[in-house]
This record gives sequence, structure tokens and C-alpha cells, in this order.
Amino acid sequence: MSNVPSELKYTNSHEWVRDEGDGTVTVGITEHAQELLGDLVFVELPETGSEVAAGSECAVVESVKAASDVYSPVTGEVVAVNEALADAPEKVNEDAFGEGWLFRVKLADPAQLDGLLDAGAYQAVMEADEH
Amino acid sequence: MALIQEQSRPGRRAVAQAPAGPVRLEGIPAAMRRQAPPALPEVSEMQVVRHYTRLSQKNFSIDTQFYPLGSCTMKYNPRGANELAMLPGFLGRHPEAPDGHSQGFLACMHDLQEILREVTGMCAVSLSPMAGAQGEFAGVAMIRAYHRSRGDDARQEILVPDAAHGTNPASAVMCGYRVREIPTGDDGDIDLEALQAVLGPHTAGIMLTNPSTLGVFERHIGDIAGMVHDAGGLLYYDGANLNAILGKVRPGDMGFDVIHMNLHKTFSTPHGGGGPGAGPVGVSERLEPFLPLPLVVREGEEYRWLTEEDRPHSIGRLSAFAGNAGVLLRAYVYARMLGREGMSRVADYSTLNANYMLKRLQEAGFDPAYPDRRATHEFIVTLRRQARELGVNTMDFAKRLLDFGFHAPTTYFPLLVPECLLIEPTETEDKATLDAFVAAMARIQEEAEREPDKVKGAPWSLPVRRLDDVRAARELDLAWRPHSS
Repeated sequence: MSNVPSELKYTNSHEWVRDEGDGTVTVGITEHAQELLGDLVFVELPETGSEVAAGSECAVVESVKAASDVYSPVTGEVVAVNEALADAPEKVNEDAFGEGWLFRVKLADPAQLDGLLDAGAYQAVMEADEH
Repeated sequence: MALIQEQSRPGRRAVAQAPAGPVRLEGIPAAMRRQAPPALPEVSEMQVVRHYTRLSQKNFSIDTQFYPLGSCTMKYNPRGANELAMLPGFLGRHPEAPDGHSQGFLACMHDLQEILREVTGMCAVSLSPMAGAQGEFAGVAMIRAYHRSRGDDARQEILVPDAAHGTNPASAVMCGYRVREIPTGDDGDIDLEALQAVLGPHTAGIMLTNPSTLGVFERHIGDIAGMVHDAGGLLYYDGANLNAILGKVRPGDMGFDVIHMNLHKTFSTPHGGGGPGAGPVGVSERLEPFLPLPLVVREGEEYRWLTEEDRPHSIGRLSAFAGNAGVLLRAYVYARMLGREGMSRVADYSTLNANYMLKRLQEAGFDPAYPDRRATHEFIVTLRRQARELGVNTMDFAKRLLDFGFHAPTTYFPLLVPECLLIEPTETEDKATLDAFVAAMARIQEEAEREPDKVKGAPWSLPVRRLDDVRAARELDLAWRPHSS
């Protein structure tokens, strides 16, 4: 079973969110998600400065098997994207919760983090997926 | 094996393909003529023959192997259709020849329009789209033209089930629509409550494949048609799986307003390797004015092309002339060879073959994705259990099948079903071939249990071993360049 760090928040669609404590969050896809997709060959990220809405598609991760949308877990403005992924999409496979982060969002409303899943709830989502 | 470019030696020639007379350039402005000759390989005729014969021997094709590639309908392409399409009168016909000089060709195209119209239950058919994707584009463009003609500009959204072909959302987006996905239930049918919840005055239409990509027939199609029409939307039929219902049920009778057909699938014209295809579109009465041009009409004993003057509301032309004429001719001959009874036998045997294989594979211990449903002309097996328990995944099974002389089924599609094989035997295979495929699958299962490395390292017997598809995608290298440049 994949690693699910307890300090992060999660979505049903396999994104993770890290609260940076300064009104911004970092977003990526979980280790479980990258396992399902297999080796990534391309990552398309949102533009810095663009607005993203919770639940809407804002990035694409593509593996040999499939191209998959990434949904923004939160609403706000994209303040940074992981430029390194353009040349090295494999970072998402190697270190999904670290160097494989996708983008950072300045939260429109900090309270929205409360609506996300904690590690235990996400673990349950993964297990339901297994059956 | 050396590329043809690498075999090039200065001065070598193959005269068989050389122009018959002197090359005349006087009509071409100097500015448009090349300054240096193109970098074509210089090789002898024998080198060319050997090179391409060897390449063809490395190929897996329907002429040499069982090719159960789900969703692609890789049926045998009868040689008779090829032969008739190559009659000198067809081959030598110039596409700009006046209608009066093309009556034979126009008569065939007119009959093909009529045959397709009848077998799909639509009101009219245009043959002009040159591939399935272009047919989809034409179909969605007609939906847009219809709503616009009524001033109904609020309809901005096309609904697509999550089991759809990837081309469906792409076609909708190409036509300027927003795409909304609707979920499929555990039994493979569309979730009607979820559909009802998203229908409204913003709904332009819904794109469906029936039988669906999950290899099952959508049982609630009548209800779906009623719900979408009540909301003011139109129904688009993706003809990818028409083979299963040919001559049995008709999309027009199910309530569809527009359909594209893949003649290179259902009507047995050669495909694979990128075409050429043919994606005719059929429409219900209200969409007829928007059909793409040209169309053939019969007036008394004469046939002629319809143009923009006849059909001012047409979405326009999709190709320089009238679609892929050679492919359309092959499909026409195929349809005539089948006749009305033959069409429904296509559906009989393609579904019988699929259900037989599904049952046999189940007996051999494989898991169907939809155990409670009868297969259509294709079905899904999931190797999730094998992947989890044995560490041997779908791609390993697929690669090992090549060693047994079978083209692999479609793998990892549809995306909804993990570790899946989508298997479509088609009606042109006999029982012995189906049995041999099942036996190979059972043998691979045994290998996966006893000597998994044999499966994980496959293929062993082909000219190339397992390719690094990840590196191939990450470091795209598609064009040959001379070493000197």
C-alpha cells in the first residue's frame, strides 16, 4: 500500500495539498495516483497568475497508458508551478509528495482546506479503489 | 535492419518509377522551384523490393495473424472489394471530371449513401468525411449549426459518458463546446439520475457509443433519447461499434439525430497504420440541410453532385473532392457482397464469436469486467487479480501473446476498467482460431504462476524485444536525418 503522509490533505481524485502556512498551498498527485498511471512522459501545468477553481481541471499528467486530468483541490490564484517537470516528468513518479509537486495556489479562502480529506479518509478512498 | 535512406548510394536508380517523358517545368514559376534536389534515397529497384518485402514480413497484420484489437474491428478485408475498386475506369477517373463522365462512379456513391442510410435508419447520408475523427467533427459541427440556426446560442455543453472514446470529447472541444462527463453505473449502463441532473437549456447534445466501449448494449437508450430531446439537446451516435448491431437495430430508430460510421471498421476497408479511413455521417430530418458537401443525387436516370448552391446551409466541405473515393468504393462493394441478409449475419457472428470467447476465457479462469452482462461484438477481461497476486500485468500478457502468434487485444482501454484487455474477435474468424487464442491465454496464465519472468520478459520471438515505450515517449525521435547535417 502506498505512502500517505499524515500532514497533508487529500481529494477523492488523488491530489494532495500541503498548507504552507502563508496563505498558499502546494498541490501534487499522490503516490497511489502515480502508481496507477505508471511512468509519466508529460506534465501540463497551469499558467502562473491564472485563477483555478476547486474541482475544475487545471493540469494534465500523461503516461504511456493514459492522459489524466488533475483537478484543483482549491480555489485561488496560481503563484508558482514546478517548471522542472517540463524536462523531468519522472520526478512525479520518483517523489510524488516532494520534488514531484505540481503547482502552488494562493487561497481565495483559507477555510476551504477544512473540506478536504485527511490521511485516514484518503486511505479509505484508496482501499475502496482496490475492491 | 538498415533504413532505406541508409542504403542510399549516389547514382543508383530504380527506373520503373521514373517519369515516362521529359519533365516539363515551364508552367511553374522560378520562385516556386526547388534549388536543390530533395534528399530522397538513391537505391536500385531490387533494393526497394527487398527492403519493403522484409519490412512487410516483420508486420503483424490481419492477412497473417488473428488481430482481436477491441474497438477497432480488424476483420478480414475481402480481395474482391479491392479488385473491383481497382478497375481501370475508377483508377483513371479524374476527380474534376464532369458529372456526365463519372456516372458509374456517382451511381456507386449514390447507392452507398442509400445503403448506409437504410442500415442506420437515418434520413440522409454524406460520404465526405475522410476518417472517423473527421466524421465526428462533422457531426458535432452539424449539431452546432442546428442550434445556431434556431438562435439557440445558450447551448454550450456536450455530454460525454466516461466510457466514451477519447475522440468524443476532443471533437466536441474542436467545435467550441464545453464537455461534461457523465458517469457509468457498475452494470455498464449510464447513470440516468446523473444524466438528468446535468441536462438543461445549456445542453447542446450527448455523444454516445452503443454498444458502448465497455462491450455492452446501453439498455436505457430509449429513456436517454427522451430525456435529452426533452431538454432540447440532440443525440450523437459514435459508429465505432456498429458491427455488433448491423442489420439488427438502427441508431435512427433508437432516437439518434446524427451518426458517423467507420467504413474502415464495419465495412471492412483496410485500416491500421493510419488509414486512409472513411467516416460518413448520417442525420435525422432536422439536420439534413447542414450535411457536409458534396452529396450525390439521382435525377431521373442521371446522377450529379450537390453543391453549395443546392445546400446553402451546409457546414461545408471537408476535403478537396469527395472523401476517400477508393475506400468508399471498397465499402460499397463489400456492402453489395453482403446484401441485406449478409449484414445481419455480420452482427450474428461477431456477437456469437465474442460471447463464445468470453465464456471460454471465463472457464479458463479469467475475470470478465461485467460478469452479469452479455457481450456485444467485444468484451472486457480484467487482469487486476493477476497483477496483484502474481505481479504479471496486462501489458505482460499482451506482449506474451505476440510470441504465440496473436496480435494483442486493446490494452488499458477503456480507462474505467483497471488492467483490462478489450477483445474483439470479429465475425471473420473461425472457431479453431478463437480456441487457439483461449488456449494461449490459459498457457500464459500458467506461465505467470510458475515462471512469471517468461511472461514479464516477452516477447522473445519477434525481431525486437520489449521496447522502452516510456523513453520513446519522453525522447521523441521521429525523423531520419543524414549524418552529415
